[in-house]
Amino acid sequence: MPEFTLRINGSERKVDVSPDTPLLWVLRDTLQLTGTKFGCGAGLCGACTVHVDGAARRSCSTPVSQVVGKNIITIEGLSANGLHPVQQAWIVEDVPQCGYCQVGQIMQAAALLTKTPQPSDDQITEAMSGNICRCGTYDRIRRAIHRAAGGVR
Amino acid sequence: MSPLSRREFIAAGAAAGAGLVIGFYLPHKGPGREETFAPNAYLKIAADGRITVMLTRSEMGQGVSTSLPMILAEELEADWKQISIEQAGASTLYGDQSTGGSASVKSMWDPLRKAGASAREMLISAAAMEWGVPRSMCKAENSTVVYSSSNRRATYGQLAVTAATLPVPVDPPLKKDAKGYKIVGQRVPRLDTLSKVAGTAGFGIDFRLPSMKHAVLARCPVIGGKIAKFDDNESKKISGVSYVGKISDSAIAVVAESVWGAMEGRRALNVTWDEGPNRDLNSAAIYAGLKKSASDKAVTLYTTGDISKAFGRRVDGEYQLPFMAHAPMEPGNSVAHFRGSECEIWSPTQVPQDVRDSVAAAIGLDPDNVKVNITYIGGGFGRRLEHDYAVEAALVSKAINAPVQVLWTREDDMRNSTYRPASYHRLSAMLDGRGWPISFSHRIVMPSINIQKGFPADNGTDAEVKDEASFTYAFPNAVIDYVMTETPVPLGWMRSVNALQAGFASESFLDELAQVGGKDPLELRLHLLEKDENINGWQSARIRGVLQLAAEKAGWGKPLAPGHYQGIATFGSFNSYMAEVVEISMENDQPRIHRVVGAIDCGQVVNPNILEQQIHGAIIFALTNALHAQITIDKGRVVQGNFDDYPPIRMNEAPLVEAYFVESTEAPTGAGEPPVPPLAPALCNAIYAAMKKRIRALPILS
Repeated sequence: MPEFTLRINGSERKVDVSPDTPLLWVLRDTLQLTGTKFGCGAGLCGACTVHVDGAARRSCSTPVSQVVGKNIITIEGLSANGLHPVQQAWIVEDVPQCGYCQVGQIMQAAALLTKTPQPSDDQITEAMSGNICRCGTYDRIRRAIHRAAGGVR
Repeated sequence: MSPLSRREFIAAGAAAGAGLVIGFYLPHKGPGREETFAPNAYLKIAADGRITVMLTRSEMGQGVSTSLPMILAEELEADWKQISIEQAGASTLYGDQSTGGSASVKSMWDPLRKAGASAREMLISAAAMEWGVPRSMCKAENSTVVYSSSNRRATYGQLAVTAATLPVPVDPPLKKDAKGYKIVGQRVPRLDTLSKVAGTAGFGIDFRLPSMKHAVLARCPVIGGKIAKFDDNESKKISGVSYVGKISDSAIAVVAESVWGAMEGRRALNVTWDEGPNRDLNSAAIYAGLKKSASDKAVTLYTTGDISKAFGRRVDGEYQLPFMAHAPMEPGNSVAHFRGSECEIWSPTQVPQDVRDSVAAAIGLDPDNVKVNITYIGGGFGRRLEHDYAVEAALVSKAINAPVQVLWTREDDMRNSTYRPASYHRLSAMLDGRGWPISFSHRIVMPSINIQKGFPADNGTDAEVKDEASFTYAFPNAVIDYVMTETPVPLGWMRSVNALQAGFASESFLDELAQVGGKDPLELRLHLLEKDENINGWQSARIRGVLQLAAEKAGWGKPLAPGHYQGIATFGSFNSYMAEVVEISMENDQPRIHRVVGAIDCGQVVNPNILEQQIHGAIIFALTNALHAQITIDKGRVVQGNFDDYPPIRMNEAPLVEAYFVESTEAPTGAGEPPVPPLAPALCNAIYAAMKKRIRALPILS
């Protein structure tokens, strides 16, 4: 099998997998980075969201061969020191219930705030509607994003 | 894993130098047994002051890993910052460890209060003994015992070892006045938030063992079908695939080094299925069968007065609901490690003891030799009351003689689940000359979850249907009855269970009665509840309480924004009272839901933060049920496969939700399910207000 060198959370990692292997399974099974979750396998729910060159990307439908040489960030590397402001806001608002989708929600929200530091409600809705939460935490997710953006509501 | 006796249990703790370990004991009624005192749960207080509460329920998002220790900490007079929890696995020490029926706080309220109070009393006694002072002048506060004369203090950690030598009080005094509560009733942040935000929380899917393999299963797509033959030549060519084999009449396991390898191996598998007796089953026939069965013999669930003697203006209505799937975000999975004479399981389960027994039976072990560990659960909603994932993992682990994780894909979950039963409802009422209802009848036609699963009938019916479906008003004449049908479609308990179907039909029909009788829908309900009385186990005053609270907060009857309409509904379930007002506008003949106001009366609120989460979550869950959720059957197969054709509510469809609680000092009752049933009828009643069109079948957007 071919060997790929990936740049994940700032480190070079060599993986030996078939080129069509989704990044999700490389993270979870090859590199034991299990913070990124499997939800649908089809890019429909956002549980597997990571950052590729700063943008939110569904790792379940991203073949590993497409991300060679790119900067991949997972929840484990979202913040170099302590918790990212989005994670801190999530804690203050006590967002998670079951928590399974929350890593994907946080990665999606962090990418949104990088691009749009002060998002409106409509911009939040647009950015976050690809991420499903079956526990229905949407109200608190919205509040936490506003809080992380500096505008507590 | 034999149960420790009470004496051994406490001795074990002291001997281990752990400080105070308290087992607490409550009458536990088992079949054919006298009342015995057996340990149900325990807490540990270490010499450094750390307090560990055993969690004997599963954390699936509903917050028990925070709310349950709060109940104990209140009576213990503990410093909340010192509390942590430890998840108990399947055990014989704790009584029934099932998590469901919105019952965790309700069922653990007394045991946990007594556990905390017992420990508190022992710690006070230990201090009095060590100091040689009168016990009555010592009191507990904030994890310390204080002697009032000298203000001498000792921490619980300092007292733990002495306290462990004292007898456990059987009936310790409990706090009498909720006004003195310091922890219960507070908006305490959840203990599990940090790990869930950091991505370190261990769900079932995240559990790993050294040299663990990964498996996915090919299951017959036709309900009740079997394997005819299969060819695994291509599968075995996939890199990493180490095993392909039949593990039951209807499933073939593909085992590999990684999940992706196992999935690729399954794709390459060539199976011929024996489709069996349900190959022509389809939803249209199922619905037609339900409707036809409405004329069959019914079992009466509730009756009062005599509906045959009520004459007036007759109103009839019929309603229909589809099968629905739980679709929790974490797909099914379990890890099993079969080791010859024993097996260990790690599973996101609501029923660890049932998993233990099912796994033992499946692989031919004694239940004592099966150990079940509970992981965090990525959404339960009733799906984790089944044992299927764990049994599969045990069978595969036995077949390959190695630790293995079985993982279901989203499509596996959607198509091989257990479903909320489809149902048909026929309702009828008579109105008097002033438009008030004087009779009400509701016939429920639906297969029974419990009977299909092999549980015995209770007086010819399913007692859960009776409990969940027979909520009613003070009609002078009423009958609720039930025609129990059969279906080959696998059935399961889904959040609010039968209360969803019953609540949708009866609360939609009540709106029809208001419309025909020329009454305001809230006025009609309050009229039927005007006397303080007990109706079929429900207190009319508490139903009025939630209706009036929801109506007041929603501004019922007041002018709304142009094009906005409201609908109201109430339904009691799992011993709690719930009312909701839904506000919508119509856009291209589809409802846009702007706001949902929910009011609950679930007795004493343990943690308003978590209760608010439960109400928000249940309302969003119920909105998916109302708008989109539909499992259809075609050629014996479940049609839906993923979140594209079974779409949960996303943020762009989520309304503003407001949660209100009736202040109460009654013992706490359920919260996770009661907000579900009123949502769909309140929404459909709002649609009627807007369109003069009655929604008679869910989902609304089918």
